[in-house]
Amino acid sequence: MGNGSSSLLNAFRQGSPEAFEAAFETLFHQHRLAVYGWILRIVRNPSTAEELTVETFWRIYQARGRFQPERGFEGWARRIATRAAFDWLRTARPETELPAEIPAPATADPAVSAEIRRTIALAFQRLAPKLRIAATLAVIEELPHKDVAEALSISVAAVKLRVFRALRSLRKDLQQQGITP
Amino acid sequence: MNAHDEDRLKKLLQQALPPVEGDPEPGRDLWPAVLRRLNASPAAPPLRFWVWFDGALLAGLAVFAAFVPASIPVFLYYL
Repeated sequence: MGNGSSSLLNAFRQGSPEAFEAAFETLFHQHRLAVYGWILRIVRNPSTAEELTVETFWRIYQARGRFQPERGFEGWARRIATRAAFDWLRTARPETELPAEIPAPATADPAVSAEIRRTIALAFQRLAPKLRIAATLAVIEELPHKDVAEALSISVAAVKLRVFRALRSLRKDLQQQGITP
Repeated sequence: MNAHDEDRLKKLLQQALPPVEGDPEPGRDLWPAVLRRLNASPAAPPLRFWVWFDGALLAGLAVFAAFVPASIPVFLYYL
């Protein structure tokens, strides 16, 4: 996500109504792919990611009064997108988030059956949303802890703690189902 | 959970939920949907409403926590 020119960001923050509307549209087209990709990595469902991208830009529009141009648009938009995805995760039922058949990754371990993959995915969906987001971004997507911390508005140490708690809970859940990781 | 277990669990998790590859694109143009959302939604509630509501909620939680101190760790967990 680029940060856009300062005149564009200033127009978005405090321009005339016409300048603001134009700046908002430009920022949407500049950042829509990055916002969509970020949300998709969290919710893992393309149509939900599309809806949440729309929701994110609606929130960005509503929150323009709190935008600080000197801090850039990218991180701000990412935090709002993360919050929108978090709100969705809190209300979605785990079973509704998963596709009927989970595709095997390109480097699939033949010892891990589709049934085990589905069990693990469902156990992961049962984690508390704040643990899931941290683990999704830091463990599955392997993003730097610093980026995850910034998106979640928490410290790097808090990200590490949430990842640890997520893995510990996941392991416990799987063990209860007879799967020993 | 030792480092080996943690590493094994991470690999299993990536098998179950593979990372999103590349730069995915939405399947449709989202700008018209953004415009519809902006036109359809009422403006955000005035700040005064939130200040009042937040204050009432906070006061309620404080009173509850005072009577049921065991709930404090639960509140902190969900923060």
